[in-house]
Amino acid sequence: MSEEAKTPTVDEYLDPLATPCMQPGAMADIHTFPAAPEHQEKLGFPGELPENWEQVAVAKMGELLGKYRGFRVFLDSCVKCGACTDKCHYFMGTADPKNMPVARQDLLRSVYRRYYTFGGKYFPKLVGARDMTKDVLDEWYTYFHQCSQCRRCSVYCPYGIDTAEISMAAREIMDSVGVGQKYCNEILGKVYDIGNNLGLPPKALKMTLEDFEEDLEDETGLEIKMPLDVKGAEILLVTPSADFFAEPHIDGLFGYAKVFHAVGASWTLSSVASEAGNFGMFIGSYETMRNVSMRIRDAALELGVKRIIFGECGHAWRVAYSFLNTLAGPFDFLDPRYPFPQHICEYTWDLIQKGELKFDKSKNDEYRLTFHDSCNVARGASMGSKPGDQFEIPRNILKATCNHYFDMDEDTIKEVTVCCGGGGGILTDDLMDVRVKGASPRMTALGNLRKEKGVTHMAAICAICKSQFTKIMPKYDFEMDSILSVHQMVSNAIILEGAINEDDDDDDDIPGAPDVEAAE
Amino acid sequence: MLTTVYAILFYVATLTLVGGIAYRIWEYASVPNPLKIPTGPAPRTKAGAAFRVFREVAFFESLFKSNKWIWLFGVMFHAGLLLVLLRHMRYFTQPVWFWVDLIQPFGIYAGLVMVAGLAGLFVRRLAVPRIRYISNPSDYLMLALLILIGLSGLMMKFFAHTDIIAVKQFFLGLMYFDWHPLPSDLPLLLHLALVATLMIIFPFSKLLHALGVFFSPTRNQVDDSRKVRHISAWAAKLEK
Repeated sequence: MSEEAKTPTVDEYLDPLATPCMQPGAMADIHTFPAAPEHQEKLGFPGELPENWEQVAVAKMGELLGKYRGFRVFLDSCVKCGACTDKCHYFMGTADPKNMPVARQDLLRSVYRRYYTFGGKYFPKLVGARDMTKDVLDEWYTYFHQCSQCRRCSVYCPYGIDTAEISMAAREIMDSVGVGQKYCNEILGKVYDIGNNLGLPPKALKMTLEDFEEDLEDETGLEIKMPLDVKGAEILLVTPSADFFAEPHIDGLFGYAKVFHAVGASWTLSSVASEAGNFGMFIGSYETMRNVSMRIRDAALELGVKRIIFGECGHAWRVAYSFLNTLAGPFDFLDPRYPFPQHICEYTWDLIQKGELKFDKSKNDEYRLTFHDSCNVARGASMGSKPGDQFEIPRNILKATCNHYFDMDEDTIKEVTVCCGGGGGILTDDLMDVRVKGASPRMTALGNLRKEKGVTHMAAICAICKSQFTKIMPKYDFEMDSILSVHQMVSNAIILEGAINEDDDDDDDIPGAPDVEAAE
Repeated sequence: MLTTVYAILFYVATLTLVGGIAYRIWEYASVPNPLKIPTGPAPRTKAGAAFRVFREVAFFESLFKSNKWIWLFGVMFHAGLLLVLLRHMRYFTQPVWFWVDLIQPFGIYAGLVMVAGLAGLFVRRLAVPRIRYISNPSDYLMLALLILIGLSGLMMKFFAHTDIIAVKQFFLGLMYFDWHPLPSDLPLLLHLALVATLMIIFPFSKLLHALGVFFSPTRNQVDDSRKVRHISAWAAKLEK
């Protein structure tokens, strides 16, 4: 006993949502790399700061006030009650007060008040109004690139003020005066030129998919197809390009292919719409978002598909579920019997319910698993037939494919899930400090579950979450491969007719399985 | 002279309040929602979305999820204010409606609760560093204004009664354009001047949150984007 008492405090439960003591200016020196003029101009933005940029910026704000009711109403409605002040994962992680949602909004609201309200025009000091100056612009650039547009604050605001809307507007205003972010705008240029965020050309994609087919055949002995640009296929699968090259994303893609194979579905990927993600949302530009979305419509028409299904990608799913019908619709040429668009989890769960998929759960016994609700799926979209199905369906799939499932602290999941720290245009190495600190609430919650339940892995349905966690988990003393795709679990456990099963005889002794299991 | 000043003040204040609110409603309503942005998980039906807004207005549902202290003080203030305003109906109606009679005793307690709630909000604003950080002078002044309105009103109830019959005649006179003199007690004049100030400030300040909660797309939109195509006029133009 006394031995155990000496164990360091790592076994203690830590509050994942602990409010830090404010450290003003803690993150003031962070500047994400600016977009080069050619990246700006490709998207129709000026290459650099114009001479009269202050007027341009203020006029752009006025334009947005007339185009977006949310933006208009949110700027007037805040009473500074403080309800949101302790809700942002970036504030919890960095302690910088300008990462409190209301303080972040106020960076822009102060300028709005100065130019567009009576109080701000005549009594600027009284209401905290500020001129549009270069210092203010720099501050915008710093702090509006420390918001992942995850909308957690909007859950808690008594008026539903959504900081994501404010930060999108701020980025759009900055783009309009030539101050864009390299990460987002360079990637959007690649989508325009090649069709996906990676700049993976069709030939390379074709070869990659052929390699995957070989891998699947080696694993299962079956000819599991990864079709590309097949005209007349029933289903078009649009998935994040990370699914073609990154781990654990690829394992998720294998899972989708196995599900389609199991039920003999006719499906295809598209080299035109070889990217589900839509960074147009991150920079707040409706037109960019629409241009990127039109590729999906074009591909669907070109291939003559009847259904569109999206792979595991959080922001893509928000744009797909909530915006795609608006941006690129109407999609009246699709089969109306199926939801448009459909999430791969909806598709798989539907098949599981119908009894069309069989699983050997013991194949996943090496995993003690939890699920990270991705912010844009949780609060920007939905799934299934009723509100909240976006939480239940992925969990149901995990429980159907895995014997050991546990949830994290309830104030860090589902509706109030904490962001991975890399969403909304933050997933770039030049913002690594922001990413690592922003992930701390999630990592703390996961750490608690590791101590309490011996959880070893966390699954997600978002390409950004997966990439982010792969990178930052080692900083929190987790293996980088502790993050999994939901369809990776499907891929591991699914029973395919005629498949060879190489590890049938060695599943008695699973290396690394924790002892806690016996306690259950 | 005093009567004339206050009469004009209240005409101006009423016009500003009513005209200002009408203008804001028109303004907010005329700005489109290009995209569906309800905070998920969101209701799938219109009735569900309306009920969500109702819960937000009646029970401050989101604030309850967020912070129990702010919620408590907020509810004390707003519920107190509502009862106090209803109680004040008796100064503007003749004969007094029966239910206004019924709530008279509660209205007085409500006044106390309201001021206590405001005091709680004021103390929080000063004492919690995060909230102090986000506060501007106008945020303190707004609370101070409301507290003074409450205190000057309560003072007339508990310490320095005014000639309430004359006050009522003054206001009925304003409504029917048949002016009667206003008593010149200091607490009354203070109370009325502050109330008029509040009415004038309303459409130009953060008090617009009262309208904002009804217009907030994250709360009032229906989650039906997969079923119904939603498109705004300016976005539709991009399709040509």
